[in-house]
Parts: sequence; structure tokens; C-alpha cells
Amino acid sequence: MASGVKPRVKVPKKASAGDVITIKTLISHKMESGQRKDGDGNVIPRSIINRFVADFNGENVIDVTLEPAISTNPYFQFDATVPETGEFHFTWYDDDGDVYETKKKITVS
Amino acid sequence: MELSRRKLLALGASSIALMGLGTSVAFASKADEAIAEFTAGAAVSEGALELTAPEIAENGNTVPIEVNAPGAVSVTVLADGNPVPNVATFNFGKLNASRSASTRIRLSKTQNVIAIAKMEDGSFQMAKANVKVTIGGCGG
Repeated sequence: MASGVKPRVKVPKKASAGDVITIKTLISHKMESGQRKDGDGNVIPRSIINRFVADFNGENVIDVTLEPAISTNPYFQFDATVPETGEFHFTWYDDDGDVYETKKKITVS
Repeated sequence: MELSRRKLLALGASSIALMGLGTSVAFASKADEAIAEFTAGAAVSEGALELTAPEIAENGNTVPIEVNAPGAVSVTVLADGNPVPNVATFNFGKLNASRSASTRIRLSKTQNVIAIAKMEDGSFQMAKANVKVTIGGCGG
């Protein structure tokens, strides 16, 4: 599943040093569980995003291992502390080897 | 005559009870295996970990859950009634101060959602929430 995958991330543009900010991420992906069957009774093979990582200036914020029980269009909300101005780096790893990335800058005053 | 009927009834009741026991043990063991894998056999206590899940989920395809585990290194979420009990494992980095995260999960039927946190001191804590599912989320 390499088509139609679109990551969306919500990060505030500004924050004060040491603030805890909330980040929301969503990526459009069907997350085929490998449990469903098609019309002919054949199992539809598993195809999911199996890992999601969020980093800030090279420091890890969260690293999630996903299993087939995560819903379609995986959504994550979590908190992060921002010590300085920098960039968030979000990475999703697909079962088929694809890697989806997106970056968001934040200004810390 | 009456005695044998009574015996028969007792026999029937006990065998039904046994069957029920058998299935519940089978379900528990799958989730227990996953728990043992995460904790490596260490004792699990109930404590500071918070698991927020709805009491009733109309659609098992997207059930919002939240874990809040101050002082945890990682949290794993399990659903004991799913074909595969593992749901997700959150590993928290240095910059995630509150050690909380939320996501949406699939539940195939009414069951317990279990969260286990590995704390910084190496101990394990557990939280459980029962979720009633109206429409299962596994497809057919």
C-alpha cells in the first residue's frame, strides 16, 4: 500500500521554553489486519504500519510498535517537552518497506 | 428413577460449567502469554498507571483509548478477546514528560483492555478496563 498514504501532523508553531505541548498525528492507511476475508473466502494479507517514531532535534519523544489491532488511519496523541527551537521529525514504517516522513518546525521563545 | 434424573441433571450442569471454564482459560492464556512476554515473568502490581477506555463502544473498529503512566519507560496495550491480543507498545523518550498517549484501536467483541507499564525502576504495573462492543471490529 504505497498509494494514498498521507501523514497529517498538528504541532503548535510557537511555545515557551520547557513547555509541554500536545501533538496529534494521523496517517491515512487502511491497516489491513490479515484477519479479514474477501468475497471468495480468501484471507486478505496483512498490510499495516508497524512502527511510528517521533523525534525532536534527534531526541526521541515516542516510539510506538503497532499491531493489527490499531484502527484504520492510525491516530496518535501525545505530549512533548520543547527545550529549544527545533524540528519535529515523524516517521512511519510500513509492512511493505515504505517509510513515510514528515517534519514540523517549532519556534521556542 | 428420581435419583437417576437428579444425577443426570447434576452431571449436565457440571459438564456445562466445565466447558465454560475451559473456554475462559483458553482466552486468558493467550493474553497471559503476551503479558509474560512483556514482563519476562516479573510480578505485576496495580498502581499509578491509568487506562482510559469507553465503557460501551458502539463500533469496535475505532475505540479510543488513552494511557497515562507517569514514570513509565514503556506501556504495552493488550485486548484479551482479540484473535491477536497485542495492540500496541508505546516506548516513551526523554522528551515525553507526561508519559501519556492516546490512540484508536480495534476490538472484535466485548472484552478487557489491559495496559501494562514498565516503570523506570524495573517494576511492572497493570490497569484493566472492560469495554462492551456493539459491533465487532474484525470483519468477516
